[in-house]
Formats: sequence, C-alpha cells, structure tokens
Amino acid sequence: MLNRKRKRESADIDGSSLADIAFLLLIFFLVVTTIDVDTGIGLVLPPIPDDIEPPPVRERNLMNILVNERGMVLINEQPAAIATVRERVKEFIDNNGVDPDLSESPDDAIVSIKTDRRTPYNIYIDMLDEVMGAYEELRHAASMERFGVPFSSLSQGSERRAEIQEMYPKKISIAEPDEG
Amino acid sequence: MSKFKKKQANTKQGVPTSAMPDVVFMLLIFFMVTTVLREVELQVQIDYAVAENIEKIEQKRLVSYIYIGPERLGAGRLGETRVQIDDALVDDINAIRNIMYDKLMEQPRLIVSLRVDRDSEFGIVTDVQQELRHAGTLRINYSTRRQI
Repeated sequence: MLNRKRKRESADIDGSSLADIAFLLLIFFLVVTTIDVDTGIGLVLPPIPDDIEPPPVRERNLMNILVNERGMVLINEQPAAIATVRERVKEFIDNNGVDPDLSESPDDAIVSIKTDRRTPYNIYIDMLDEVMGAYEELRHAASMERFGVPFSSLSQGSERRAEIQEMYPKKISIAEPDEG
Repeated sequence: MSKFKKKQANTKQGVPTSAMPDVVFMLLIFFMVTTVLREVELQVQIDYAVAENIEKIEQKRLVSYIYIGPERLGAGRLGETRVQIDDALVDDINAIRNIMYDKLMEQPRLIVSLRVDRDSEFGIVTDVQQELRHAGTLRINYSTRRQI
C-alpha cells in the first residue's frame, strides 16, 4: 500500500517536448532577426560659414568634378568617363608638384564634387565611391611602402594609421548643386 | 550467409538525440542576443545604393537615422519623395534642424546615417545636408550596401 503511493508521486515531467518548444522560439527569433550591419561612406560636413570668406585655393589644387542628371562627368571642364575618374583623382592627388596643372601636394589637394539637383543619388554615390577608392588606394600604397602591411590592417586609432591618414587627408568638398 | 545476418542484427541504429535540446538552446540564445527588433516603422521605400569603399559604424548607439525615399501609399504604390526621421514623416524640411539639434544635445558625438533610396534625386539630400549643417550635426554617413 505504502509502496504503491510513493510510486505515483515520483512521476517525472515529460521532457521530450522541450526541444519542440525551443525550436519554436528559435524559429521565431530567426524570422525576426535582421542582422543589418551599418555600413556606408562616412563624411564630415563643413560648418555653416559665419560670414568668413573661405581661404583662397589655387586653381591647380582644386579638382572640379561635375556630374549631371544623366551621369555624364566633367573633370575640370573636360568630359570624362566615370571609370577613369579614380585614376585621374589618384594622379591629381599624388602629383607632388611635378605637373604644373595638378596639385602641389596631397595635403593641398581638394576634390570638389558638384551635381545637379536632379542627379540620381546612386550616380552621386558611385562618384563619391570612386574618389574614396582613389584615396584608399593611395593610403594602401603608402602603408605598404612604409610599414609593409595593408592600410586596412592598421588598427583604428593607432599611430601608424594616423600617420598615413595625415599623409593623404581626405579633402572632399560637396558643392551645393545648381537648380535645374 | 547466416553469419552476415547475425552481425547486422547486432548493430544499434539511430543517432542519440538527447543532446538536441542543448544545441537548439544554444542557437536560440545566440539569436536572442543578436536580435535587434525593428525600432521604426518605415514609411518610405528604400532601396540602398551599392558602393565599394565603405566603412562600418562601430558605435551603433551614436547613430541616428534619416530616411529619404518615395512614400509608401499602401498596395505597393509609391508617392513623392519624403523625409522620415524616427517614426514620422517630416513635412517642413526646415524643421529638421531643430529635431537634429535636440538629438545633438543628447548625444554630442552624433553620427547621422542618411538612408537614401538610390533613385531619389540628389537635390533633396542636399537640402537635408544644409539643415544638418545648420543644426551642427556634421558627421554623416551615406548608408550603402557592399558591392558584391
């Protein structure tokens, strides 16, 4: 009698459905999850000028890139293909005063991008991407030459990284677009 | 012949499944930890542009988003290009400077991530950028996907 009673009380909870419950939750979180990494092209806007004239820039130190609404490109008033922009920008920045029409030093070089108001955003991004790519390649080359490692492997905020960044500072100006 | 038969009968079949709940729980916990539930209801359609030379934003808590794209009108129809900040569409573009200025006061190292539809015109992006300059939020990021 006593023996039988004890047997009834010691009943376990069935654990076999635990996996099913966990699976259900897992599927819920799998569906809901968006692993979206924030990636993009970083830029720092210039502050609003307080009635101060911008410092004069010598014409050779300024590279004007104009993009119209159909994706046609003018570099210093000359038509150019979007695929050649990267090479042109690299030549321009890394001139170091050799060619009298190009920049005096990477520190002086300014790349100005100007678009129409009706230029599609992705064309503008393509353009900016090309210019960023040119800087990235120059920095990579400088890093390989100096330290023998690619620029991307230099850790964020390290001295070496800062040194390379100082060699090729990104001076990109986004001009206000024309009406039209 | 009979020898073979005997051998086959002796082998135990079936994979032990007793560790399955543990594996599943591990996966579950991973996904629970990594999940970021969608914070805003997007009212504009955004199809990201692609680019090659992109960087990651490491500190997500510094980021504030501005969405620019054609408005969703329901039933798959798209309207005019609009600007959305947080949960609301911005009607007056000049209001952006106050909104962003308040955000900047809360987070002085604010990064504004511009999530712009690839087909919208650049003019409206410039207007927003002008407002950002007035607000003093100068660090921006054009959100793009990596080129595959």
